Amino acid sequence: MTEVIEKTLTRKDFVSDQEVRWCPGCGDYAILAAVQKVFPELGVKKENFLIVSGIGCSSRFPYYMDTYGFHSIHGRAPAFASGAKLANPDLSVWIITGDGDAMSIGGNHFIHVLRRNLDVNILMFNNRIYGLTKGQYSPTSELGKVTKSTPMGSLDYPFNPPSLALGSGATFVARTIDRESKHLSSIVKESHAHRGGSFVEIYQNCNIFNDRAFANMTDKETKMETQLVLEEDQPMIFGKDKDKGIVLIGSQLSVIELGDDRNVDDVLVHNSGDKNMARLLSAMTYNGDLPTPIGVLYKEERATYDDMMKAQLKSALDAKGPGDLDALIKGSNTWTV
Amino acid sequence: MSDQDKTVEELDVVTIRFAGDSGDGMQLTGTQFTDNTAIFGNDLSTLPDYPAEIRAPAGSLAGVSSFQLQFSNQTIHTPGDDLDVLVAMNPAALKVHLPDLQENGMVLVNTANFSKKNLKLAGYEESPLEDSTFDNYRLIEVDMTKLVATALEDLVLSPKLKARSTNMFALGLLYWLYERDMDSSITFITKKFAKKPEIIEANVKALKTGYFYGETIEAIKTTYRVPKAEFAKGTYRNIMGNHAAALGLVAAAEKSGLDLFYGGYPITPASDILHYLSNYKNFGIKTFQAEDEISGVCSAIGAAFAGNLAVTASSGPGIALKGEALGLAVMTELPLVVVNVQRGGPSTGLPTKTEQSDLFQAMYGRNGECPMVVVAPATPLDCFNVTFEACKIALEHMIPVMVLSDGYVANGSEPWMVPSAADLPQIKVTKTTDPENFMPYSHAEGTVARPWAVPGTPGLEHRIGGLEKEDQTGNVNYDPENHHYMNLHRQNKVDAIANYIPEAKPYGDDSGELLVLGWGGTHGAIRSSVERAQNAGHSVSHLHLRHINPFPKNLGEVLGNYKKVLIPELNLGQLSTMIRAKFLVDAQGLNKVAGKPFTTTEVYNKILQMVKG
Repeated sequence: MTEVIEKTLTRKDFVSDQEVRWCPGCGDYAILAAVQKVFPELGVKKENFLIVSGIGCSSRFPYYMDTYGFHSIHGRAPAFASGAKLANPDLSVWIITGDGDAMSIGGNHFIHVLRRNLDVNILMFNNRIYGLTKGQYSPTSELGKVTKSTPMGSLDYPFNPPSLALGSGATFVARTIDRESKHLSSIVKESHAHRGGSFVEIYQNCNIFNDRAFANMTDKETKMETQLVLEEDQPMIFGKDKDKGIVLIGSQLSVIELGDDRNVDDVLVHNSGDKNMARLLSAMTYNGDLPTPIGVLYKEERATYDDMMKAQLKSALDAKGPGDLDALIKGSNTWTV
Repeated sequence: MSDQDKTVEELDVVTIRFAGDSGDGMQLTGTQFTDNTAIFGNDLSTLPDYPAEIRAPAGSLAGVSSFQLQFSNQTIHTPGDDLDVLVAMNPAALKVHLPDLQENGMVLVNTANFSKKNLKLAGYEESPLEDSTFDNYRLIEVDMTKLVATALEDLVLSPKLKARSTNMFALGLLYWLYERDMDSSITFITKKFAKKPEIIEANVKALKTGYFYGETIEAIKTTYRVPKAEFAKGTYRNIMGNHAAALGLVAAAEKSGLDLFYGGYPITPASDILHYLSNYKNFGIKTFQAEDEISGVCSAIGAAFAGNLAVTASSGPGIALKGEALGLAVMTELPLVVVNVQRGGPSTGLPTKTEQSDLFQAMYGRNGECPMVVVAPATPLDCFNVTFEACKIALEHMIPVMVLSDGYVANGSEPWMVPSAADLPQIKVTKTTDPENFMPYSHAEGTVARPWAVPGTPGLEHRIGGLEKEDQTGNVNYDPENHHYMNLHRQNKVDAIANYIPEAKPYGDDSGELLVLGWGGTHGAIRSSVERAQNAGHSVSHLHLRHINPFPKNLGEVLGNYKKVLIPELNLGQLSTMIRAKFLVDAQGLNKVAGKPFTTTEVYNKILQMVKG
């Protein structure tokens, strides 16, 4: 009699035999490492992971993961992922995309997969530039961005990805940073734990075409002033000396200095179930005063598309019984010769 | 008048057309007459024709909707050319369709709608009822609206709702004219309006009023009987092409033991396939109405990767949007069935009209060397066979297949001897489970299929995508020799299917003066005209291609057995170009791109010209 031993998965089980071909120093390496570290800890069978990507630097990701993977076409990863998830709801489906792939050419699929609350995870690597086509501005580039295609500066206002995700009906919206490996890992885990459409924006440095785009969020000297690390049920405080807090004045978020007349009790406490607050937080971007939030901005339990489809199939079966092909072909109006 | 004054004439074949405003219910009326005809036992063929606008301005020429039906005691292949009877519910319908009525044909008009305003909208200066328009026709004038209103006097319904039953009056009158009973329609009405008894009453009353009107008036002295046709023994139903296509897909899912996944986006004239399938959820069918055409096909490809029988359907503009994804399906060698219900193009074109102008798009409409299997149904019921076969090829060869249906076969209907599920061939599906020596891009001998290793299978984790694949491993590969080899491989994969499909067998003599070569929805017009030519003593045969890529293996040989080849197509010569290029045959085209099917006469005249020329 053979004893079946459940193999414990390790990071190595998720490393494919393909040579990683991102530019040296690319932020994608850190994200790959984090995902390879986290996947073994998720309690999912290795064969049940499916990673789907679009086109772009980030979308080479599946080749480097020893899981089932589909490197699809530009912007369409959510559509492929939807079909695969509906075909086999047991799969843990991960969409790897970039700011150009998801926000520009794939904008339609992005908003609709979130609207449906299909149980998939979207990791969007946002480097605010087109890397694989060598440096044109992207839909998350700041206004006035000077690039190869915009020598006089770009004329488009950028998308705010978490705001767009919330507006699309996402039930899990989070942001993290390539350089914050612990935070990144914990967010990836939380995304997996959430049942429904999860969106994670990962600030990712493109050291070739848009180097230091997030430097003020990652440099030791500045990040305490620019980052607001959101933690559930914790006051929204930040600053090198934890001396600043976020408060609501009217309908606006503002910063207060903590000290003699204002203390931590005056500061907002993070509740990821508060959608109105999530809208305000998602719109908050470092402006010299207000910080940029990272962490889980919003989380909500809602029936998923895949569960509802399963339920419909079951109720049709309960109501009509198993399909009878002969009866279906015949229909209700036949005659015999 | 006593019954003795009336006579019943027996006819072999009749063509009738119901025509009215978009809101007049002509499609329903036509379908009802069709079902009744089918159950009665005639052979039949139908041609619905309706505008792209849901409700074009009332009374306008653009808003005319019609339904044509030919029925016979013999085997027929088309909805007929010239009309024996035209039902015109308003002046616009009369204006559009009167030219198709044969001399001495009968025209029934609803005079209630012949107001000054409607006459003007139809472009009539004077009322045609009062001039010589009908000198060569038999005009029956009936104020149907008023007769219905009177019959429904006692019902508590708004005049508007009562007027809606007017089409049932016309239907009843036609039932009387062709010696039918009304049972099938009474059953239909009762079922359809089960929750609205007053609507049932109104419609049934209007139907009977029309029928009894025929009995009472003296204007029509002769009724007609078309005896039953002789059919092979079996159980029959009437079937529309899109419905048959949907059933073919369900049957293929059953015979392959797979779940069916359908990803699609609504588009005329393909949406009905989505509608039908979404009603069959108890078969485990998953229908996904995607956010756009691209997502429709991409979701299907994702489902194919994950192990479902994956299908998408659309029409020309939607197929254009799917092009890039189809290239990916070719590259990843996944089983996928794409149904293109062709309509008039280019661009938005004529959404509700038929055409065969997407053949080149199916063959060549993708970047790179990107061959796809292409098959085409010839008639409404053939949509069942062809979609079933498309699934079989896709699954057994691990390859995307394009089905080129068209608006004519999709919306037309005909009697169908229903197959029994047990008699349908099994579809052999092998999902790989053995990790030993697993190579995602190894290929089976014969079918050239690669292994289907679906996510969820332990030990077979692998990656696929649109970048060029290395033979065997499937890894990304930029090597020039590998790329050249893989292009040949993808072509070879399509070509190899020729070994699995039947050889071409012409209808008629195996050699002779003229071969008429067709594909898709032109089958009926070609077959009827070839039969007519054969009966007139000409040496003419008909070959109709179901398999267009690859062609049947012996096609070149068959073409060589005839002195001349004629290729009628509803495009500017797409199959002709392919045949001329591949076989160096001096094929002549008969081409029409008018959004309408060929008439038998059009094809027949061309045949005569060629055999005599």
